[in-house]
Amino acid sequence: MKTLVAASTTDRGRLAFGTFGAVAAVTAWFLISEHSNNAYFPPLRAILEQAWNYWTTAEGVTNILASLQTLAGGLSLAIVFGVVIGLIIGQLPVVEQTVSPTLEFARAIPATALIPFAMMLFGVSSEMKIFLIALGCVWPVLLSTADGARRVDRTLSDTARAFQVSGTQRQLYVILPAVLPRILVGIRIAIPLSLILMVTSEMVGVQRGLGFVITQAQATFQLLTMWSGILILGILGFTLTFLYTLVERRLLRWSDPRGDRSS
Amino acid sequence: MTTVTAPPRTSKQMVWVTTHRRTLGRYILPTVFILGLIGLQELLTQNGALPATYFPPASEIAAALIQELSAPALGSALSSTLSTWLMAILLSVGLGTIVGVLLGLIVPLEAILRPIIEFLRPVPSVALIPLVVLTIGTGSQSALFLAVFAAFWQVLVPAIIGVRAAHPVALDTARSYSFSLWQRIRWIQLPSMLPYLATAVRLATSTSLILIVTAEIIIQMPGIGYEITMSRSVGNPARMYAYIALSGAAGILLNGLVRRLENKLFATHGLGGTA
Repeated sequence: MKTLVAASTTDRGRLAFGTFGAVAAVTAWFLISEHSNNAYFPPLRAILEQAWNYWTTAEGVTNILASLQTLAGGLSLAIVFGVVIGLIIGQLPVVEQTVSPTLEFARAIPATALIPFAMMLFGVSSEMKIFLIALGCVWPVLLSTADGARRVDRTLSDTARAFQVSGTQRQLYVILPAVLPRILVGIRIAIPLSLILMVTSEMVGVQRGLGFVITQAQATFQLLTMWSGILILGILGFTLTFLYTLVERRLLRWSDPRGDRSS
Repeated sequence: MTTVTAPPRTSKQMVWVTTHRRTLGRYILPTVFILGLIGLQELLTQNGALPATYFPPASEIAAALIQELSAPALGSALSSTLSTWLMAILLSVGLGTIVGVLLGLIVPLEAILRPIIEFLRPVPSVALIPLVVLTIGTGSQSALFLAVFAAFWQVLVPAIIGVRAAHPVALDTARSYSFSLWQRIRWIQLPSMLPYLATAVRLATSTSLILIVTAEIIIQMPGIGYEITMSRSVGNPARMYAYIALSGAAGILLNGLVRRLENKLFATHGLGGTA
């Protein structure tokens, strides 16, 4: 037991333990489901075959691309607006005091509650999806940015003032890098949310995308397609988070790793 | 005050501004802003700059809201959404904490399960809606399952970190006083988890509300989300906005409750609500 504990705390040990866990889980799923007669829980082998057969066809690829496009569109809008408004709010206390109760309220509205609103404005279209993702994801980015801009290191801003760095230069070269860690935290929270909003908006009637495919498959009782879609969504979520971790690490390489990035 | 030397009129104004700055900032400015927004919306919709079919005037939304307050639909929608939410929070925080303590204490187990956690955590739980509809059905248990599935990970991961964040000196002290396992968890690990759990609970609160409303919209089960989407499809936008506003109010109420609970917990542990 002691050696096990010791082994699991080293990097290599963790990798080995983790690989073992992942392989064991997939194998267990594979073996247990292999002779499953339950229509709702088909064999993993069949799901994988179906995933390969459907998601590599032109139709499947179109649907994945449609989802990714709206995701990228919505997220980039959310990030641009969130950062710009966040920087303004965080640096001007009067503005912050004026708008914060209104923002508090707007943020408290569960993002998906706005689906009917988005549908009314844009009809059932990809603009609706982009709008909804942007609207839902702007809050974490905005609030985190504003929070960071409010607490820019005093020495840093005083130094900038002493060297008469002001205006756009100050924003671009002093404030933005200082706030970057907080912006990235906001985006980290926004990414899973954007996936939820993407899938949900595709479920309410858009004729393309991953969410559409899995709901359609459920309605027509094509359980293998449904499962394969869920699997693809899982892989998509995992890949996005993983890639984002890499981006984050790259962007923050310069900053103090012991700096306040926990919250 | 030093303002005595200044000319009398300005000094009075100065004194007024300084003494009322807090009130001005905290209450007057935000109120003026909100009222201004509402007034602007009313103006733009009344003179037709914003299409009235999409944006009914604020006064109509308010009228719809007041009308709803006495209608039976509101009470049942609120109670089904909020009761499912409460269950979801209790379950996800409870399960997340228990499993978190377990995995936090048993390091090898956590190392084995880590990739599975990391894979399941970012799965958008709404992707499970079709599966849940087929297996669990369209009742409130489905919404509960989706909400717990989404919120559980948000509690579990900070809980594991929290258990590990226990101060080594405190752990050594516990060992030298030969604390039992339960004593160690109760008096050292749980308190060290609290700040992490507080953030987790706040995240879980909004996540589970989102998932419940989503389930109500997609699966069309009773609740606030259902009322919103139904108002749209029967062409009653004022009622739709009224229910969207209500969902925001519910969100604020829940956040406030959680924050209050948090302060209470921290007060008893002498951490002063700083996390």
